[in-house]
Amino acid sequence: MTDTDVAPTTPGTGATDSGTVPDVRRRPRPTGWIAPTVLLAVALSLPFSTLTLPGVFEGTLNSPPTLHLLALCLVFGGLATSYDLLYGRVGLLSFGHALYFACGAYTAALLMRVLELPLLWSAVVAVVGGTLLSLVLGAVSLRVNGIALAMVTLAFAQAGSILLARDPGRATGGEEGLPLHTAAVPDAFVGVVNTVNLYWAALAYAVVATGVVWWLTASPVGRVWQGIRANEQRVAVLGVNPYPYKLAAFTVGGGLASLGGVAYLLVTGGVTPGITTAEFTLALLVMVALGGAGTRWGPLVGAGLYTYLDHRLLQLGGSDAFTVLPAWIAAPLSQPLFVLGTLFVLMVFFFPGGLVALPDRIRSALRKRRSSPEE
Amino acid sequence: MSTVVLLVITGLGLGALYFLIASGLSLIFGLMDVLNFAHGAFLAIGAYGTWWASVYLPGAGPDGFGFLLAVAFGVGAGTLAATLVELCVIRPLYGRHREQILATVGLSLAVPALLQAVWGADPLPFPRPALVAGTVGVLGVNVPTDRFLLIAAAVVVFTALWLFNSRTRYGLIVRAGVQDRAMVTALGIDVRTAFTLVFAIGGAAAALAGALGGLYFGVVTPTQGMSLLIFAFIVVVIGGTTSLTGCALASVAVGLIQQFANYYTVAGLGDIAVVIVLAVVLLTRQGGLTAKKSAERVA
Repeated sequence: MTDTDVAPTTPGTGATDSGTVPDVRRRPRPTGWIAPTVLLAVALSLPFSTLTLPGVFEGTLNSPPTLHLLALCLVFGGLATSYDLLYGRVGLLSFGHALYFACGAYTAALLMRVLELPLLWSAVVAVVGGTLLSLVLGAVSLRVNGIALAMVTLAFAQAGSILLARDPGRATGGEEGLPLHTAAVPDAFVGVVNTVNLYWAALAYAVVATGVVWWLTASPVGRVWQGIRANEQRVAVLGVNPYPYKLAAFTVGGGLASLGGVAYLLVTGGVTPGITTAEFTLALLVMVALGGAGTRWGPLVGAGLYTYLDHRLLQLGGSDAFTVLPAWIAAPLSQPLFVLGTLFVLMVFFFPGGLVALPDRIRSALRKRRSSPEE
Repeated sequence: MSTVVLLVITGLGLGALYFLIASGLSLIFGLMDVLNFAHGAFLAIGAYGTWWASVYLPGAGPDGFGFLLAVAFGVGAGTLAATLVELCVIRPLYGRHREQILATVGLSLAVPALLQAVWGADPLPFPRPALVAGTVGVLGVNVPTDRFLLIAAAVVVFTALWLFNSRTRYGLIVRAGVQDRAMVTALGIDVRTAFTLVFAIGGAAAALAGALGGLYFGVVTPTQGMSLLIFAFIVVVIGGTTSLTGCALASVAVGLIQQFANYYTVAGLGDIAVVIVLAVVLLTRQGGLTAKKSAERVA
């Protein structure tokens, strides 16, 4: 018994666990809703701001390119939160989340293009389809655990990726992907002038995804998930079968991801097979771990930072700022994935809890220094 | 008949490629519980190292002994990379499996991007030595010679790994470490040296797969590693994650299924057929297939 008791607190289960579990318990204080409300108000009012942030964004905050980038950050923020429901909250190492995202985006795009269904119905069918797909595939993959689960989900996602790239029946557009069929979309979501509406759609998705994840993790189901993440065997010994709970998380995560696919389709005006690849799921994992897995804000922060850097580094790579650097420095720096990958490896070493754990770590480091000045 | 012979030999060649990648993965996974995403990076380093050496390295070239030298250079580069990764990235995170996986994920994104920064994203034509450029007649079918080179390399690597596993002291430590790492450590044996060795061996096999994969596909690209790696993962799961023989059998099966399904049905269905086989294996042989103990330790 001592063995299982000690297990979750050993360094083996990682600093993320020890950093977040007390956090979750401390959360339900009366002021807990203030930060989300203020943040939501700020996010809602951004399109009315003509503020310029030199160096951060090219134009004013309400210029279409900036809003477009922010909308992408929000879509990926919601998607990363849905991924974190599996990874950070239940401890399921899935490498196939891109499949459900792509399923949502491609199904909606195809329904609008082929059957000329309006956006709303396409979205509903796409989300239901994505949820069912994740239910079926989850039921199969969750028969294994841990690393085997990672490999199996990765294999399923790869099958989907191959299927979409092979272009069966000339339906999915192969490598080119599918453009958004604008006739089926309300005019308010079409064109550069309506970027602000797309931004609000992305914000709505991010709010829905985070809202569902927060609500579920605070519910009794969330307690079981927390138990499964800490020690699945102990949950099973207590008489609770972990399998349906894991499957529920898998299905909800997949459903939210397919809704994110629809949002992504609207924001970017099309889909490409790039969002179906294993690299895309790995990027999601990086976003979540970068921000802080299993925390409220971590996935949002990580996804926002990742998406922002990904785009800005690509822009900087083509700009004058890089021509003054010698080629051997400029070439790797203009590859966003190189910078992000390296940053991520360093982060795993130096800030294992992710960005949201950073303030606490700094505070405790300062306190330690103050309490032992002789060091 | 002639089609079947061609498909069998091509499938075996592809299976050989999978085996070279999967054997290292399976060793690393079995001993260290690390799902090594950086394996694709070692493969890419091996491929690019071989390509670079055959163009720029004095003495090396696309032909004869020069090509051997080029492959040796590529394998050396991959081995060196694997050793450095183990010493600098994996070892400091000892016992923290999740962090180890995350760190290799970071590497798997960074290394191909670096290769792309240096040599561009376009496929580079891979040198083809005259020795394996032609075809060989087998039962009236002209089979590309490089397939035999792949099969031979896989057989050599399998034999070498089997001998290493069953005949050397380190093989004993590795096998014991897979069974019960805590016990081996308690007996005063330093498993960490075995880790580094296994990682280096895995990296060498992956780099060799990269070099030979360059021959097989005719080109090298920075992202080649990832798609091959996913099939290697599938091979590892079907083969039973820690068994070398299982790994070899699974690679042969996966290679053959892929080739036959691709030929007799729509191209691309072969890849999906492999995933279906994986699902069937998981559903019918639950638990007996994967190393449960290690899975639970990570999850």
